[in-house]
Amino acid sequence: MALTSFERDLLAAIEEGLPLVARPYEAIGDVLGCSESAVIEGLRGLLDRGVVRRLGLVVRHHELGYRANAMTVWDVPDRAVRDAAAVLTGLPFVTLCYRRPRRPPHWPYNLFCMIHGKDRAVVEAQADQATRTAGLSGCARAVLFSRRRFKQRGARHAALRLLEGASRIEGMEWTRPIAAS
Amino acid sequence: MDATDRRLVNALQGGFPVAERPFAEIGAELGLSEQETIARLATLRGLGTLSRFGPMFDAERLGGAVTLCAMQVPEERFDEVTDIVNAFDEVAHNYARNHELNMWFVLAVGDPGQIDKVVARIEEATGLVVLNLPKLDEYFLELKLSA
Repeated sequence: MALTSFERDLLAAIEEGLPLVARPYEAIGDVLGCSESAVIEGLRGLLDRGVVRRLGLVVRHHELGYRANAMTVWDVPDRAVRDAAAVLTGLPFVTLCYRRPRRPPHWPYNLFCMIHGKDRAVVEAQADQATRTAGLSGCARAVLFSRRRFKQRGARHAALRLLEGASRIEGMEWTRPIAAS
Repeated sequence: MDATDRRLVNALQGGFPVAERPFAEIGAELGLSEQETIARLATLRGLGTLSRFGPMFDAERLGGAVTLCAMQVPEERFDEVTDIVNAFDEVAHNYARNHELNMWFVLAVGDPGQIDKVVARIEEATGLVVLNLPKLDEYFLELKLSA
């Protein structure tokens, strides 16, 4: 999807975050040398076309104690994937859900979901619950907990920084209400 | 983080208004003044509780591509291979996981045609097979944000 040069400038101006001032879009316009309304219209266009999925915030779940990160995968008959996913995405502890290709013989699984939690035993029980609720008890399954997360090092290209904002959605960033603890 | 912070954060996970006074709009929903809404977010950002407050991009619609890759790395080579893989600019994040396939990383590239090339370069640099597991479908969560 082609972006205009104004849209590229706009994305570059907001990629690190929105300013915490009463009129943030006016402040961005001041940086770009355009009006507040031009910024608002530009952002609405990017949201309408889905280039920006949404504006919002992501909390540092790891720092809030969400350290148990389970990639839960099943080998589901292709015709049953969509119905199973519809159940999984309604569960309050599922944070991401994708269909991906099998790679036999090393990898027979095609339905992926992430479960993030504070306690590994709880997350294991949630993976069991997800399996039962989605009708997947008869399917081969694996639960892959993360052992370590590696930080990226070094400078990154500007274009890749934008993409990183998208790539973090694939596994690292997720949106769920924070419960009182 | 107190109960009001949680309500604010949960409200904003669902999206942020694109309007002249967005903090006033969000605050009004929660019974907070515009000033208090901004002050609370500034505090949370200062504490490092927020990783991002801004746009969530869609890689495909930016013209790029993202994929998930997995490798089976011998334990004795794990640190060495981690360094090799993480040195690639295209590697966005990387997790060790408890499975025979024990290294899982996400690639982000500016041009979809680059995925296969980067995968091949990582295989060449490490001498190990990389399984490329691109997303075929994404199923969106039913967000119930009334925390």
